[in-house]
Amino acid sequence: MIVAGVDVGAKNVHVVVLRDGETAARVTVLSGFEQEESARKGLTDAAGAAEVSLGDIGYIVATGVGRKAVALAQHMVTEVAADARGAVALVPSVRTIIDVGADEARAIRVDAGGKVVDFAVNEKCAAGAGAFVEAMSRALEVSLQRFGEISLESTGSIPMNAQCTVFAESEVVSLIHSNTEEKDIAKAVHDAMAGRVSAMARRAGVEDTVVIGGGVANNAGFVKALKDTLGLAELKVLPDPDYLGAYGAALIAAQKGEAA
Amino acid sequence: MTEQAREFWRWSETAYQTDDVDWRSAGSITVGIDVGSVSSQAVILAGGKLYSFYSTRTGSNSPDSAKKALSGAMDGTGMSTDDVSYVVGTGYGRVNVPFANRAITEIACHARGANFMAGPTVRTILDMGGQDCKVIRCDDKGKVQNFIMNDKCAAGTGRGMEVIADTLGVPIEDIGRRSFEIDSEPEPVSNVCTVFAKSEATALLKAGWSVNRVLAAYCAAMAERVSSLIDRIGIERDFFITGGIAKNAGVVRRIERITGVEALKLPEGSNLDPQVAGALGAALFAHALLKKEQKERAAAGADL
Amino acid sequence: MIANYGYRDGSGEYYITIDTDRCIGCEGRWCVAACPQGLFAIEMDDYDDEVAMIVVPGRKLLKEKCSECKPAGERTFLPCTSACLPGALSHSW
Repeated sequence: MIVAGVDVGAKNVHVVVLRDGETAARVTVLSGFEQEESARKGLTDAAGAAEVSLGDIGYIVATGVGRKAVALAQHMVTEVAADARGAVALVPSVRTIIDVGADEARAIRVDAGGKVVDFAVNEKCAAGAGAFVEAMSRALEVSLQRFGEISLESTGSIPMNAQCTVFAESEVVSLIHSNTEEKDIAKAVHDAMAGRVSAMARRAGVEDTVVIGGGVANNAGFVKALKDTLGLAELKVLPDPDYLGAYGAALIAAQKGEAA
Repeated sequence: MTEQAREFWRWSETAYQTDDVDWRSAGSITVGIDVGSVSSQAVILAGGKLYSFYSTRTGSNSPDSAKKALSGAMDGTGMSTDDVSYVVGTGYGRVNVPFANRAITEIACHARGANFMAGPTVRTILDMGGQDCKVIRCDDKGKVQNFIMNDKCAAGTGRGMEVIADTLGVPIEDIGRRSFEIDSEPEPVSNVCTVFAKSEATALLKAGWSVNRVLAAYCAAMAERVSSLIDRIGIERDFFITGGIAKNAGVVRRIERITGVEALKLPEGSNLDPQVAGALGAALFAHALLKKEQKERAAAGADL
Repeated sequence: MIANYGYRDGSGEYYITIDTDRCIGCEGRWCVAACPQGLFAIEMDDYDDEVAMIVVPGRKLLKEKCSECKPAGERTFLPCTSACLPGALSHSW
């Protein structure tokens, strides 16, 4: 059976197509202003990549902030449900899932059976999400990729005072003017954000095994900072972290499709 | 000046001096200096009466900004710093005000300044500064009874307004007026985060909204944010607004709509500027502290 | 004076409220000793009273600083509010 999960975020639409439980295609398109149109495009592109037609997809589940815009979906689930489902399938021993996307972040604690026990969400504040790191790398005129890498080279620890993205931009500019090394600024930025994300994770509860998904999980500098802040021996980065929500939604679609 | 180099978000400088008071025979000169994150003000009292004030941009360091504000207020009066008996510093840079006898928080200074400016009936003060926003409840003497402050985040502060002025290329003093030149009031953008509000505003513009309509949605979000802060400690009449955004009717009138309480207006022809409330309060504190010191000295002298 | 220190952000409202009238005459200064994060200090306020306040660097970090004392699940005991005998402290979350 062919099914799909669609995760409509504030910035990107992620689509995962499963054929008999195996990933057949993964596609990302920009959310843009017309989310319904973007979701349809994502699904069409993903069907194409899986070498099937849109009509061949037997069941579609939508998730993400814009999930209501997916007209083609038979069912909707929350980001928390989709993340939990995806993470448990990828790492069965998981207890705490941290998902940091471009515009929001969440932490979810699940029990041994994979059921959601507690969760905490940070939305509507750029300082606790990927948008923060993006803005700071722009202020430093360094690519996001490199921003994460150089941060790992830093041994310094400069505290950042600003807790708001707008104020932090000015702080980064003044650090540049005072000739602070780029790598040290990058580390300061990641440490500051790790402090906020770890506070959120503690609200949900931190228990081994801890995994991280979402686009920001691709940033090695941030992952290291978060691991250190939480004092973890290991913080597992999920494979294809951007697709966590879409993958979880697709798994739910497979189950719903079978039952239907 | 080229279009790119123009700073759309700068307020102009303001100055005031009266000829009605002769400072040389006034008995005492006391000064309040408010060094804010964006602008700095100095207020001079002669014998406890308002003599002059000056408001200017805060430069890269607090002591220089304080000096610049004070010399602006003294400009052309023949007064020098040697004539000043007591100085109170306030604002974000208050601990760095040179020649200050004491530093007092901007919360206490705004309450006292508002009490003087708008009268003893003022109970709730909203101060919208460059990088913070405060709501203060006070008694009829201008003494603080309750306060709440947001200085963590740009939403609901002058900085948040500057971001949209820059993004849309609209001079900050035009925003209020233009935000009402619309057919109907739009839904506000995000009221929690300036970064998200800015990207929403950009998206709305791309979707064909007029600049004025986007400004309305942005001002409305700002008003919502500030009103939620007011809500936490409650609003009691009279209500007075100080700080730079007090001049932005686009935000002020929307706050009045949400709270259902009209803000007190300064009397017609008043020379006061709501932006100097903090420095004025500091100057009033300076005057009171000087009198207290003089009394203590006199009492100590009488004991000898 | 009722002093509200803290903020609201995308995840909620985080305020510690101090009724400073209750601090006047408090000699125990229990809050200062009780907080594992060193968030409290006793200082002279603008009206010359010695009262408790939240230290400046802590004011924008209450969610983070207090998270150790507020683990997931039940949230019953807080070192600061329990230690303060005059009952001047409360948390909004």
